[in-house]
Amino acid sequence: MNTMTRRRISFLPVIIWGYITWSLVPVIIAVAYSFNDGRSRTVWQGFSLRWWIGDPNASVFHDASMRHAIFNSLILAVTTVAIVVPIGISLAVGAHRLRGRSATAVQGLTSIPLITPEIVVGAALLLTFTRLFTGIPLGFPAQLLGNVTFSISAVVVIVRARLVSIGSGFEEAARDLGATRFQALRYVLMPMLWPSVMASLVVVFATVIDDFVITSFLSSGVESETVPLRIYSSVKGGATPALNALATLLVLTSFTVLICGLFGLSLWRKRHGDKGGLRAALSDITQADA
Amino acid sequence: MKRSPRIWPALAAPGATWLLALFGIPFYAVACVAFGTIDPIFRDAIPQWNPLAWDFGQANEVLQSAISGPLQGVFLRTIVYVIAAMIISFAVGFPVAYFLARHAGKHKLLLLTLVIVPFWVNYLMRMLAWVNLLSPSGLFSRFMGIFGIHYNWLDGSPITVIFGLVYGYVPFLILPMYATLERLDWRLVEAARDLGATSRQAFRLVTVPMAQAGMAAAAILIALPMFGDYYTNDLLSRSPRTEMLGNQIDFYINNSQQPQRGAVLVMMLSALLLVALSWYLRSTARYAKERVK
Repeated sequence: MNTMTRRRISFLPVIIWGYITWSLVPVIIAVAYSFNDGRSRTVWQGFSLRWWIGDPNASVFHDASMRHAIFNSLILAVTTVAIVVPIGISLAVGAHRLRGRSATAVQGLTSIPLITPEIVVGAALLLTFTRLFTGIPLGFPAQLLGNVTFSISAVVVIVRARLVSIGSGFEEAARDLGATRFQALRYVLMPMLWPSVMASLVVVFATVIDDFVITSFLSSGVESETVPLRIYSSVKGGATPALNALATLLVLTSFTVLICGLFGLSLWRKRHGDKGGLRAALSDITQADA
Repeated sequence: MKRSPRIWPALAAPGATWLLALFGIPFYAVACVAFGTIDPIFRDAIPQWNPLAWDFGQANEVLQSAISGPLQGVFLRTIVYVIAAMIISFAVGFPVAYFLARHAGKHKLLLLTLVIVPFWVNYLMRMLAWVNLLSPSGLFSRFMGIFGIHYNWLDGSPITVIFGLVYGYVPFLILPMYATLERLDWRLVEAARDLGATSRQAFRLVTVPMAQAGMAAAAILIALPMFGDYYTNDLLSRSPRTEMLGNQIDFYINNSQQPQRGAVLVMMLSALLLVALSWYLRSTARYAKERVK
């Protein structure tokens, strides 16, 4: 090992710790300011729970419009998950076995949304719902359809990765032993897909609850305002630290879902004698080797 | 049992139909609005559903404006900001991914978890955090004040916008970059070193060519959303001096009486992305060919 290698290795840890600090400290400061005693989001005036629960009108748990936004966000995320996960799994399983021209068509249809910026989807859906499918009103119905459309591909990617790693051997064995195609699917393949189902639940929930662009393009004003929309519209104004508290709540929700998903996944793996535990669960969700 | 099983198309049908109806058709609708006409009395856009009757007048006008008119600045700015943000993202993200894949050792799981955290923190929360820090009374501004630098970071500063894009999108670069580097065959790099290459040569001649396809994929993965971004700009600047293509689309589609111009801009953005995408596909095809050689 020459001196150059040694030098490179010693400056890399500085970069990674520097990066981690840079990426996380601003967020931690924003969380800390939600506990500020004063009205300022930038000048510290002592600790209090005023903006969380203390203030009878303006705290997160008492401000009616903030509670409304939290409610909207949760409903939107849960209903989207409930629709998109079954559709996505079924599409992934079906598309995996298609051959020929229909396979190419479905492949294209599922991969284009992955590389389309949200603003294009949002704008296109807004024009469609206001000029073509006018039966669908803006607000929750349009937001739901938009978020489902944008999330289908994510589910397909996650499930397809799992299908590839399972291979076709188990199903073929079941067929050889006399199972019908449907039975092999239902009793052999489906149980093995569980990790990808859980990963899809977590990923879609987190994507939708964080979504800004599509939800904003398809919103109908205050009554369909979600938490990200609320943050966006009040950041520049003279909002109080209750806004920081609201944003913190959003982050906490995603993390709770993520952690539940990770433990669920590693529990599943343990019960099925898989090695890897939490590390493998992490790569199920991130689609990268941990 | 000669007939092909019907079960697979049946399983794929609901999802495929959904995407066709709410992803395929909306694209067509954008074209119909962009190439439609304008109501002479209400000045509202009337979509033209028949492609044979498409009117390209408005589209042409916007195109002229982009080439040599008032929109030229917006297009140039979008491209310059995105390229600058991408270069900085690589400068920051590549070493981080490289370290994670190669030298993280026993801290790997901890470091990886910490690097993934921003991925799960809401984008607007991360921007909110910086708006707080960069505002005139914010911690960052006060810190810079110590060195005599008094500057309003949130008042149409291109530096703030580019930096905001980097901060927002770099996590999306690090993860795929890490996945690529993690899967590389590092024995080849060791072989190069054993054969007398310096570590710099091994990096330039072995590591980078092997990782090139992954780097291109990571670049395209963050470039596409950056081209359509408008909220980063809106939150950190909201000034015409830093306006990007996304802001124009947002304005024309959401806040104006001219959704037709917005639809034309959406089509132009898609065209721009197609160029970027075909560059990516061509270069990955080239890497694949080189590898076969």
